Amino acid sequence: MSSVLYDVPGPKARRISLIGSIVGSVLILGLLAWIVMTLAQQGIFEGRRWQIFTRADVWMLLANGLSATLSAAALAAVIAFPLGLLLCLLRISDAAIIRIPTRVVLEFLRGMPVVLMMLFVLLGFGTSPFIAVVTGLVLYNSAVFAEIIRAGIQSLPRGQREAGLAIGLTSFKSRMLIELPQAIRRMMPSLVAQMVVLLKDTSLGYIVAYGELLRAVQVMADFLGTQFLFPIFFVAAAIYIAINILVSRLAVWIERRGSKKAAGGVAKAEPEKAEAPVP
Amino acid sequence: MDVIIENLPLYWNGFLRTLFLSAVSGIIALVLGTLLAAARVSPVAALRGFSTVYVEVLRNTPLTIAFFFAAIVLPRLGVKFEQFEIAAIIALSTYTAAFIAEAVRSGVNSVPVGQAEAARSIGMNFGQVLNLIILPQALRTVVPPLINILIALVKNSSVAGAFFVLELFGYGRQLANANGDAVIAVLLGTAFFYLLLTVPLGILASTVERKVAIAR
Repeated sequence: MSSVLYDVPGPKARRISLIGSIVGSVLILGLLAWIVMTLAQQGIFEGRRWQIFTRADVWMLLANGLSATLSAAALAAVIAFPLGLLLCLLRISDAAIIRIPTRVVLEFLRGMPVVLMMLFVLLGFGTSPFIAVVTGLVLYNSAVFAEIIRAGIQSLPRGQREAGLAIGLTSFKSRMLIELPQAIRRMMPSLVAQMVVLLKDTSLGYIVAYGELLRAVQVMADFLGTQFLFPIFFVAAAIYIAINILVSRLAVWIERRGSKKAAGGVAKAEPEKAEAPVP
Repeated sequence: MDVIIENLPLYWNGFLRTLFLSAVSGIIALVLGTLLAAARVSPVAALRGFSTVYVEVLRNTPLTIAFFFAAIVLPRLGVKFEQFEIAAIIALSTYTAAFIAEAVRSGVNSVPVGQAEAARSIGMNFGQVLNLIILPQALRTVVPPLINILIALVKNSSVAGAFFVLELFGYGRQLANANGDAVIAVLLGTAFFYLLLTVPLGILASTVERKVAIAR
């Protein structure tokens, strides 16, 4: 798309663009060099600071933190998705007496910070940090999943439901057999993107004293000495970011694959709106 | 209930601090994000590359990591803050800017190709195409997602409460620890003040979405 914003560059424009690229690169590299220099002055690159990574117990603690992060995310995702599906069905129910209270609950859940819900469960019900983290994630993400699936159902052409009802399906059966399968498929990229958000939000467990990756960093820095804070933090952040980028890539891949298949498989709906994930 | 009424001034302080953090970070993030989006669609390869890497990395960084870096790692590296608000604003605005850049970019992409082609065919240059034709149209599709990002920003500012900034969440946690017998009431009070910000913004987003929808 970006190429239609400007003409195919001629010799002059190419030269300007090349100069711009070089100047830009120099500026960016200069900034990076300055950061590296500043870090070096602090002695960050001394070998002894990084030698801790030759120790097995450091990696063990990092691995423990990582597995705590992943297990909380996995459990929360497994519970949140079916719950989101259920909330979505209630939210679009034909009966106002079900629809409206569900809507209020969803607005409430989506309008609250996840970390507040975690603290609420932790202190209000005196649970373990693990349960608090998972419950907070489930409450928030099931509400988001419900809204995503609802958007998917609404983006389907009306004829889908009308046809379902016309051949004698009940309202519920039409939802389950006709609309939901298409809606979930259409919304797969958004759903996976929300999984990334869920995975990222497990790091909030740090705040409620759940022993996830970031908490492991803090514990090691307290235990081994703060001069190791930066190396350990750097490695842990790299692990977090690498995993999230992998899952994000998965979302892009599913989107590409889905749009190829959708040509024949799924009913055509209105052109996609501009959609971007929310932090 | 009494706990909430007794501590109303504290809640109010926290509410104002949350509002302040969100507003300042939001403005910085909007500017930074729009610049990043412009860099992403610009003809200069170095800017495109920088913007892509920035957005990709920051979007996939957990916010807590960004806060941990700004509030705990940076001071160890010699960047001292007089107030931790500054660390919170750095973390929130650099993080949110990546999402705003993505939203603006997908808004730019949602403008039909013919618009840019027509603008170019009457002799406009890149800056004119972007400023006069693409961005005014893109902004309409972009406003609702932007409001949603700002709602998320308000909620995300709660993480600051865990990194030495006393805002709504920070006060909520303090009060919850002080009033062990009324934890649920205290935290519901905190939630109420968050909803005071997020629910009106949500209604605004859906109203704007209906109002500015372009029939294409």
